Amino acid sequence: MALSGIEIYKHLPKTNCKDCGFPTCLAFAMKLSQKSVELSACPHVSEAGKTALEAASRPPIRLVTLGGGEKKIAVGNEVVLFRHEKTFYHPPGLVVRVKDTQSLAEVEKLVAAAAGYTVERVGIHMGLDGFAIENASGNGAAFLKCVDAVAAKTTLPLVLMSSDPAALEGALAKYADRKPLIYAANKDNVAAVAALAAKHKCPVAVVSRDGLDQLSDLTEAVNKAGVEDIVLDPGARDFGGTLRSLTQLRRLALKKNFRPLGYPVITFPGDSASSPEEETLLASQHVAKYGGIVVLNQFDPSLVYPLLTMRLNIYTDPQKPIQVQPGVYQVGTPKNSSPLLISTNFSLTYFAIAGETESSGYPAWLLIVDTEGQSVLTAWAAGKFDADKIAKSVKQFDMASKLAHRSLVLPGHVAVLRGELEEALPDWKIMVGPREAVDIGGFLKRSWS
Amino acid sequence: MPKVEVPLEKWSGKVREVTLGGSGGRKGLTVGGEATLPFLSFEGAMPHPPSVAIEVSDTPASEWAAPLRQAWGDALEDPGAWAKKAAELGADLIVLRLNSAHPEQGNTGPEQAKAAAEKVLAAVNLPVVVLGPEVPEKDNEVLMAVSDLAAGQRIGLGYCMEKNYRTIAASCIANNHVALAKTPIDLNLAKQLNILISDVGLSADSIIMDPTTGALGYGLEYTYSVMERLRLAALVGDKMTAMPMFCTVGEESWRQKESKFAEGVPPTWGQHDRRSLVWEQITALALINAGADIVVLRHPKTVDAVKAAIRKLAG
Ligand code: SF4
Repeated sequence: MALSGIEIYKHLPKTNCKDCGFPTCLAFAMKLSQKSVELSACPHVSEAGKTALEAASRPPIRLVTLGGGEKKIAVGNEVVLFRHEKTFYHPPGLVVRVKDTQSLAEVEKLVAAAAGYTVERVGIHMGLDGFAIENASGNGAAFLKCVDAVAAKTTLPLVLMSSDPAALEGALAKYADRKPLIYAANKDNVAAVAALAAKHKCPVAVVSRDGLDQLSDLTEAVNKAGVEDIVLDPGARDFGGTLRSLTQLRRLALKKNFRPLGYPVITFPGDSASSPEEETLLASQHVAKYGGIVVLNQFDPSLVYPLLTMRLNIYTDPQKPIQVQPGVYQVGTPKNSSPLLISTNFSLTYFAIAGETESSGYPAWLLIVDTEGQSVLTAWAAGKFDADKIAKSVKQFDMASKLAHRSLVLPGHVAVLRGELEEALPDWKIMVGPREAVDIGGFLKRSWS
Repeated sequence: MPKVEVPLEKWSGKVREVTLGGSGGRKGLTVGGEATLPFLSFEGAMPHPPSVAIEVSDTPASEWAAPLRQAWGDALEDPGAWAKKAAELGADLIVLRLNSAHPEQGNTGPEQAKAAAEKVLAAVNLPVVVLGPEVPEKDNEVLMAVSDLAAGQRIGLGYCMEKNYRTIAASCIANNHVALAKTPIDLNLAKQLNILISDVGLSADSIIMDPTTGALGYGLEYTYSVMERLRLAALVGDKMTAMPMFCTVGEESWRQKESKFAEGVPPTWGQHDRRSLVWEQITALALINAGADIVVLRHPKTVDAVKAAIRKLAG
């Protein structure tokens, strides 16, 4: 939470000695609130003042990191309730759960498949982020064997799930350097589990099904043991319960700066779901509505791909539209007689045109011009989509060598560019296509066959 | 006293209630009325949980993906049979799309539109929304005919768009129908169109807005955020953004290649019949969480899944 200049000023010496380079303490406080100077520029601030200011400038939701390898899960540190207010910064970690009651061969196979899974979308490679190992057997030795099996197959972050401190200790003794999340401290084991987290320097989850008061008692107990990296499980499992409790947690952190619950949240959408599809659906809600780590009970590309796409959508910065790479794209298998359509590199525009052309059944060439991710009309209005630029792209990507004809189709919205483009590309016939992508099929049928 | 006090918002506005049907012998369905964000029952009421509509076409939808064609089977051949089956499968209302009126898809006229609407109205007692092909002149032509045919039954007519809102809004006034106002994913355009329609004289209780749906992977995040903004604006008291929201989820999800194609797509996409359904379901749930009051769906299993999710959200 950013402090105002006045709030900061209260903690400064108020002597106006100018040693910080500012005429008054208040002026310095104002700069500090804009984060354009560091507190250390004032040599006179008291220890108490320092502590108070540092505590107050901590983010309202702590950033918690799992994993000791190359790939980590970093969640928390969100600053808004709605993505349009700014953006959501740290995409939830999607982890797959295995149980130590499954055969090791089964576990190894699942982990290898899930860890190796990647799928590409708009040039972004997406995949799963880690594994949770549950001590379902209640047996410490079986748990360690299962953790061994998972750890041998992946370097992705782990969640160690057991309520038995001895079982956790066994696994932590071996794998603490991987910085796994310990799940979980509850009201019965909090002292022992918090001590483990402190000893092994690992993040720890706290769980309570008895309401937010109890949950915040637990985080305070864990804090007292010297552990700051905490993940919350407010106990809710179903659609409505998780929506409400996760919303309450996010609001408490952001609107009230309520420290004891200013941590990311772990969810288990499979626990209340009646089918794998329903688990995926609830997981997609947790992606949008305030989940930090989402534990899945299975791995199936048909379910994970839509879920990863959801995460990509929700965590896109609303101020920066996703762009596609400018260049030549093929729809179907176009020949040198197939039509050439021109458009901009705003991802939605591209998807709409590629999709509609694909459904039209006409193979085609798409020449995507770099408009810094703006749509046709916006780019045209901003001077980023003009005859010059289109002509340059046609030459740069050597369209002439790919085609037996010399016709290109302009988006209907920029029909005005036709004249200039005819001058810039004298060998080409400039056709004006439809304004909306949905009409591409009809246009091609009328004008191309 | 508990030490954790959850911050509650004191919203000054609420979403308007709009009733479809409930007149001329047709069963009524009221949507809207929320006094807080979706399902935040600790803060305010959501008197009418979101409704699920099933989309039927006046054409046999030969271009629809295999999982859809298999699910509907012979019902695709006749909008009446299709609507009846949709009602049996749990639809709260039926959305009839007059696809054949599109200039590229048959360019049929008012007579065919009336015939299709008549079949649907006769087959079910549920509320009905009739959508034109979204070609403004054509919409006016076919929707006027349907409006007169169903006079007094309070059906929904769409779309009122920037170009043709006057005609459709006037017809809604004359025949006691509800107008569906559609704008391209933009808060100000949505609000502006609601104002224009109100200026024609149609009561705000007879307007439902369609902010334009982007499917998962194809602009979902734009629709999601515009809907959250519209809903927040309504809750802080802006009456011209307080109309219930309507999302054509099925239509948008099923036109994407993830949903359409079983072959010629990357193996990392998994099984088509599973992926395509989840695609539609995630799109629906995301928009319900953003404030949708009516989601229009295509696959019967999506209807089941989304209804179950709504029940569990409200519970
Ligand atoms: S150095 Fe510290 S005490 Fe001196 S003016 Fe700056 S803020 Fe005030």
